[in-house]
Amino acid sequence: MSNPTLVMYEEEFQEVNEVIGRLLKEANAKVIFLVDKNGQLISGVGETERFDTTSLASLTAGNIAATGGLAKLIGEKEFSILFHEGEKDNLHISIVAGRVILVVLFDNRSSLGLVRLRVKKSSEELSSIFEKLMKKSEEREKRGSSDFPFAEITDDDIDNLFS
Amino acid sequence: MSFINYASREINCKIVYYGPGLCGKTTNLQFVYQKTAPDAKGKMISLATETERTLFFDFLPLSLGEIRGFKTRFHLYTVPGQVFYDASRKLILKGVDGVVFVADSQEERIDANIESLENLRINLKEQGYDLDKLPYIVQYNKRDLPGAMSVEELHRELNPTNVPEFEACATTGEGVFETLKAVAKLILIDLKRGK
Repeated sequence: MSNPTLVMYEEEFQEVNEVIGRLLKEANAKVIFLVDKNGQLISGVGETERFDTTSLASLTAGNIAATGGLAKLIGEKEFSILFHEGEKDNLHISIVAGRVILVVLFDNRSSLGLVRLRVKKSSEELSSIFEKLMKKSEEREKRGSSDFPFAEITDDDIDNLFS
Repeated sequence: MSFINYASREINCKIVYYGPGLCGKTTNLQFVYQKTAPDAKGKMISLATETERTLFFDFLPLSLGEIRGFKTRFHLYTVPGQVFYDASRKLILKGVDGVVFVADSQEERIDANIESLENLRINLKEQGYDLDKLPYIVQYNKRDLPGAMSVEELHRELNPTNVPEFEACATTGEGVFETLKAVAKLILIDLKRGK
């Protein structure tokens, strides 16, 4: 299959949150999200409770997918950075490690230049975490070790979900 | 491609409703949305034209409850059914875990059903998926209409591989949850096998 299942472990989750937490401060942003390219929210820091994070994740992924389609049409691999400017708030969206999307929401307390600069640095750190994560998943898969939570579920467990 | 988060103990899966234009994909999601308790659903998003035809996708996040301490969440998407939106359809299939093909039971729509089903196979293949290996359900919608073909005929034309199939009338909700449960169950069984 084109993409294996993305698995996030506690250790990497904390590392990811540290990086985006730092980015939030350094870029003077309001809120930062990390979204899987398929539209699933991985993590968020800042004023996350003010937003419908699930919808935001799905629309961001749709946006990246649509602009990715446009890029291919004109012979580009992808557009790795998108910027949406609003009256008060702006969105800086970038692709990290080819598979996750970093969304930074900021207002006039910050600037596009600052956000771009800080995002670049954080992207490198995030890339290495996600690469580590992918390796970890692959190794576990090779070993055939099943720490997968669903390996032991029974048909009854599944049926109970729908009762 | 499901997403498993050990840190927040969540499993997220993506279900795509596919089918020809006006077959009732959005109506399926709307019914699920109306009948689901507020705490189990998120906001439904519809990217539609002014005439309420789906332009990009509809999106509905659902929580089904917990299995062994893991929250199971399903993200329901529809594709735009009209033929010329093919580029958008391909994008929505990315990372899909299960597919519902919504067929329009009316006799005059049989060609549109067949074309859409072929299109589904081709688009999945482009993404590296094989429809015969994915959790996949067929729904015969609009059973209440006078011009509806018999299920036997529809089965012959649209379900040669004998996947689970359901009769439905998405406007009244008949068969809608049965379809959703069936595809969700197939996805969970796949996850159990560690696919």
